[in-house]
Amino acid sequence: MTVALSGKEIAARLEKQFPGGIVESGADSLLVKAESLLEIASYLKSTRGLDLDYLTAITAVDFLDYFEVDYLLTSLKHNHCLLVKSRCYDRDNPTLPSVVSLWRGADFQEREIYDLMGISFEGHPNLKRIVLWEGFEGHPLRKDFL
Amino acid sequence: MEIDEVYPGGELDKLEGEQINSLIAQSQQPIPDPDEWLDEELKRNILLTSVDAILDWGRRSSLWPVFCFPACCAFEFMTTAASRFDISRFGMEIVRASPRQADLMITAGTLTWKMAPQVKRIYDQMAEPKWVLAMGACAISGGIFRSSYSVVPGYNRIIPVDVYVPGCPPRPEALLYGISMLHKKIAKMSIAPKGK
Repeated sequence: MTVALSGKEIAARLEKQFPGGIVESGADSLLVKAESLLEIASYLKSTRGLDLDYLTAITAVDFLDYFEVDYLLTSLKHNHCLLVKSRCYDRDNPTLPSVVSLWRGADFQEREIYDLMGISFEGHPNLKRIVLWEGFEGHPLRKDFL
Repeated sequence: MEIDEVYPGGELDKLEGEQINSLIAQSQQPIPDPDEWLDEELKRNILLTSVDAILDWGRRSSLWPVFCFPACCAFEFMTTAASRFDISRFGMEIVRASPRQADLMITAGTLTWKMAPQVKRIYDQMAEPKWVLAMGACAISGGIFRSSYSVVPGYNRIIPVDVYVPGCPPRPEALLYGISMLHKKIAKMSIAPKGK
């Protein structure tokens, strides 16, 4: 069984490296600032003992006040996982850094979130619609889409 | 030792030889083929009908369906095609992967707008005459997905539909009933162009 890492413990470890990068930490998750997401993700992937080298899933939620994007990271070596969250508050042009450079598996999932939720991922090599067609108006998984 | 002691009954061999020679003697000419009644039958074998009737009979008696199974109604179609319901009774058991060899499109499933151009292209590639049977709620009207942003609200938005079979999904009996309705519809077709 994969062990879920404690967000609070990880936050305590990261606080020195990335002061202010962590907004909130819970029993099983970590909420990070959008600006620090890529650095922290890179640290989580390559630090010995954490080795979160496998991106299980990315998903996005529309909370109306903000969009939240969740990254579920897993370490195949240690068989543990961690949920990392990030938020974007700009509804007209929500943007997050792309993690494709760290995990290739993020490619299609970020495109799907871009397609259905309308969140742009900066640094993505091929950010275009994946499920819907070019010219479709709007992003159907947004709460205000009709 | 005499040979008769080892293989007694040389009469058997003699008898066999006689039988064979007798059969050869009887079989110098071939036996005539049994067809003496055919001459008379051929003289009587003329059927009078109309061109429309014979063409429509031929067309409806072996409708070959094309693959168009985008969603779950396909399973009911498979059941219909398999042994219990057996559409080979109607000469339909050959489901064609090539639209050029098919004359019936059974639209078994929800169609999304992204898939719609492909379905329309397959329909366009089918040779005339061709028919479409809309199977199930999604094919008729989009079903429960009708108001969705991505679903075509009925195949008749993109291709002409001949028969509608309601259900979600329709039972195989319903599909067979729809097919027999299509047979009746085809029986009323005329090769003469409309209005002339």
